[in-house]
Amino acid sequence: MILAARDLSVRYPGVPRRVLDGVSLRVEPGRLVAVTGPNGSGKTTLVNALLGLVALDGGSAVLDGKPVGGWRRGSLAKVVGVVAQREEVVFPITVWQTVMLGRYAHLGPLAPIGFHDREATLRALRRCDIEPLAERRVDTLSGGEWQRVRLARALAQQPRILVLDEPTASLDVRHEMELFELIRALVADGLAGLVVTHELNLAARFADRIVLLNEGKVVVDGAPAEVLRREILTEVFGWPVAVTAWLDGSPQVVPLRPGEVARAADSSLARGPQPA
Amino acid sequence: MKRAALGLLLLVPLSLVIGLLAGPVTLSPLDIWDGLVHPYSDSAAIVRDLRLPRILLAFLVGGSLSVVGASLQALLRNPLADPYLLGLSGGAGLGAVVAIAINPGWPWAVPAAAFAGAAGAIALVYRLSVVSGRRLDPRVLLLAGVVVGSFAGAIMTTVASLTEAAELKRAFLWLLGGFGAASWSALVVFAAYAALPLLVLLLSGRALDLLALGEESAKHLGADVERSKRMVYIATSLLTAASVAVCGMVGFVGLVVPHAVRRIWTPMHRELLPIVFFLGGAFLVLADGLARTIVRPLELPVGAVTAIVGVPLFAILLRRNYT
Repeated sequence: MILAARDLSVRYPGVPRRVLDGVSLRVEPGRLVAVTGPNGSGKTTLVNALLGLVALDGGSAVLDGKPVGGWRRGSLAKVVGVVAQREEVVFPITVWQTVMLGRYAHLGPLAPIGFHDREATLRALRRCDIEPLAERRVDTLSGGEWQRVRLARALAQQPRILVLDEPTASLDVRHEMELFELIRALVADGLAGLVVTHELNLAARFADRIVLLNEGKVVVDGAPAEVLRREILTEVFGWPVAVTAWLDGSPQVVPLRPGEVARAADSSLARGPQPA
Repeated sequence: MKRAALGLLLLVPLSLVIGLLAGPVTLSPLDIWDGLVHPYSDSAAIVRDLRLPRILLAFLVGGSLSVVGASLQALLRNPLADPYLLGLSGGAGLGAVVAIAINPGWPWAVPAAAFAGAAGAIALVYRLSVVSGRRLDPRVLLLAGVVVGSFAGAIMTTVASLTEAAELKRAFLWLLGGFGAASWSALVVFAAYAALPLLVLLLSGRALDLLALGEESAKHLGADVERSKRMVYIATSLLTAASVAVCGMVGFVGLVVPHAVRRIWTPMHRELLPIVFFLGGAFLVLADGLARTIVRPLELPVGAVTAIVGVPLFAILLRRNYT
């Protein structure tokens, strides 16, 4: 199942420029696409446009050959699992109950919870390594555990496409690595993945493609080495960076301090990753 | 869950029996039984025409208000929400005070005027809260509710200050709530009217679970958020308006019963709502029984009793769950 956007444009009332301006993008099985860009570049709006949650000013978002706007939310939730950027808990429920809510689209308002629902919930808990937390109340979880629970809930939907909006924001190194490893493994299992992230270096190592947005437009879309280049990033983020290469050949971005700009320009760092 | 069901199975009939026993005239359980089965026994008039419709109405209203409270708390994502939060009380109070001030001499004038006032407030709040397109924004809903409520309250105060003192007391007591005017016809009208909104809310359990997560997550999980919000808002408003019309404003039930059930049994609305209905019903029947007996032959407003009894109970519950 493929989620594709062509020439997406979105305009918010009262905002003169378009929030999204002619963005095209393709999410397909077994591939992880990372969307990145400065704050306010339109990343979250892109996610919402892809999911049919904002009115389009132009272009189209198509899921499985059918415009996303034509999908019923219930049907959409059976094929697209989303971990949104923010979610604040008001009424604490347990981890099991939270993940079971992923079955909503399959259950409707009345159907009793059945064998398949329990099975899917349990499998999602195990996949995210949080089965021991099942009886814990979600307001007692750490940030990393909570993100896993939300990912598990999306997996309980048994989706074909996974969309994550800044899933590792405010997680420590171990938890962000664990989460990205998990996402990568899920994609390797055949899910289509789209992740919005500010973590350029993680995107470089885990994503097959990076889409760099700026002011609502796609600046570059391609393999990490094509996108994470010194001139491009320095211009888009408005801050000098150096790009170096990690062991696996993936580009790694180092933002520079003012005194480092000249030195970095002289050194091999500034030339970016060399062909292996 | 099984224990909850069993407990309620005992509590509900027990509360109804106690409700039948309570009242200014002392009747033994045998008198009550006589009154129920023999239409011409001495106690038949009291049991059949006064107490039975009264406890059944109290049960239905208590259950409805509790379901409304639980639903609104989820819809607004606000644990402090109660049935009267969204401006209804102001509208209903204004209607009632105007009716009492004018005194048209029609027995249903006060309930009808209260219902009309509440309906007016609902319409106004709803209109104010529907922003850009047909979206219902819960935050604006809350604000609109408070604003409309204050506005109606201000007009009510104005009208009340121009009214005779005796009538003012009547209006005040009416607002505090009570089932003194309960009758079979009131019961039948309320039951027939409440059935549909109650059903809508009881069937919205899963949708409320998702709404309680926040609109964004609810959409991602497959909820038709706009439709659910509208249905829940309209159903809760209509139920509250009807309950205000039959018994004035009975506070506390709709706030506290849902919290108690969330803490003790389950926070998941599909199971929570039915439990809340039966528990809220039983609670209000008992509170009304108390209101009729502690100062007899006088009667306290039931809204005062629900708070006097409910607050300590709730305090104990809070402490037990946090320590």
